[in-house]
Amino acid sequence: MNRTADVIIVGGGIIGNATAYYLAKKGRKVIVLEGSDNIGNGGSSRNGGGVRQSGRDPRELPMVMWGIQNLWPHLNEELDADVEYTQKGNLRLGKTPAHLKILQGLTDRATACGLDVKMIDAQEVKQINPYLSDEVIGASWCPTDGHANPMKTTLAYYRKARQLGACFITGEKVVGLQKNGGKLRRVITEQNTYEAEKVLVAAGYESRFITKTVGIDIPMIKQKMQCLVTEAEPKMFDQMLGTAEADFYGHQSHHGSFVFGGSSGQEGYELSKDGLISNSINVPCICRGILKYFPDLSKAKIVRSWTGWIDPCVDGIPVMSRVEEVPGLYLAAGFTGHGFGIGPAAGYHLAQLICDETPVTDMQAYRYDRFKAKI
Amino acid sequence: MNEVNDRSRDIGPFIPGPDDDMIICRCEEITRGEIRRAVHDGMFTITEIRRYLRCGMGLCQGQTCAKLVKSIVAGESGAAPGTLEPATSRAPMRPVEMQILADEM
Repeated sequence: MNRTADVIIVGGGIIGNATAYYLAKKGRKVIVLEGSDNIGNGGSSRNGGGVRQSGRDPRELPMVMWGIQNLWPHLNEELDADVEYTQKGNLRLGKTPAHLKILQGLTDRATACGLDVKMIDAQEVKQINPYLSDEVIGASWCPTDGHANPMKTTLAYYRKARQLGACFITGEKVVGLQKNGGKLRRVITEQNTYEAEKVLVAAGYESRFITKTVGIDIPMIKQKMQCLVTEAEPKMFDQMLGTAEADFYGHQSHHGSFVFGGSSGQEGYELSKDGLISNSINVPCICRGILKYFPDLSKAKIVRSWTGWIDPCVDGIPVMSRVEEVPGLYLAAGFTGHGFGIGPAAGYHLAQLICDETPVTDMQAYRYDRFKAKI
Repeated sequence: MNEVNDRSRDIGPFIPGPDDDMIICRCEEITRGEIRRAVHDGMFTITEIRRYLRCGMGLCQGQTCAKLVKSIVAGESGAAPGTLEPATSRAPMRPVEMQILADEM
């Protein structure tokens, strides 16, 4: 097994896989090291599949809008796979004047960045989605948002990168990085050593333990989120959905099942913080959230629920950056629960950054050294 | 500890078989040929096969086809069946209506 490459990527999620694909396409020799047994085992295949611009931090908008205009519409052809991308808009729903105020704020900040998103009233909401509860009094509507299948997208990038010669090794847990002559050179795993001149660490929350070995740390935490899926139902609607209070989000997949995610507000305070175990508080809470907006789904049967980690960064947007103190080190982590929709664009930009090209949209907002104390 | 698994190792070419049309996962109607093809696409674990094809994600949650899928993946990838971890079992045990699960506090 060859253990040297032009670029080593630590983490086989959507960010690592997409970057590996765009680097392989540029002719770079890439090795991807994934610590778990499965490609795409973290948030990449556990999320609700949103491909959204609305509701995002304005600093993230240029990159995600570029991705939705330039990558997502023809990702199927690019990757020779069906990633189930559906661009039929996002409704963010509100039931109270306080909700509408939250939505108005999000909408104003997004339109200032040039995004086509607007507030609509109850009647317009009903025209877009007639299945919603009569208690919905308004929503924000972004027609260019949508959803895709996160498992298929993540694995499609893996499959295509592998076809182009990128080497993927699973079960290869990285424990540290080592410099040589002031530059990053070696990636140490539990059992082996790999070498490259450039290393991208894209390992979610666990990136902290890896970059710490060369003195770099990103302020982020690890938070549990849960999702559920129903049996296949006749087709009802195409939009991606969310609410002002973020009590649930989701969509109906091409397969017919409804995929919904959400939280109970208890996250981060569990007795045991380890292990991806679904609990009996969260899924019922998501169900109550859904039924408040979709009473018609009361008899839909839930077949499965699962848990994933998100990695909230202290200021709510990711780090995607070259690290100056450690020449050769690149970092992409802290996606804060919105890493899937931006994933293809992030991979495209990171490949450009690693190849010393000028990224298609400016990446200054994502720098690793932007964090400051409050006073 | 996880097993180091090189996804570029040579497992030989995909050779079409006479029973490739046989349905293995009845809930999601996934055939033997699709499962074999997925292994050649790089899906070397039961979890990846499941996420890639949906087999074992239907009403029975793989209670019928799990063993069959495992033997096909093992045969195609050259892995010993015992080394292939089964997919994670997920709650609820049986499909439950949303209105009933919502009553759980």
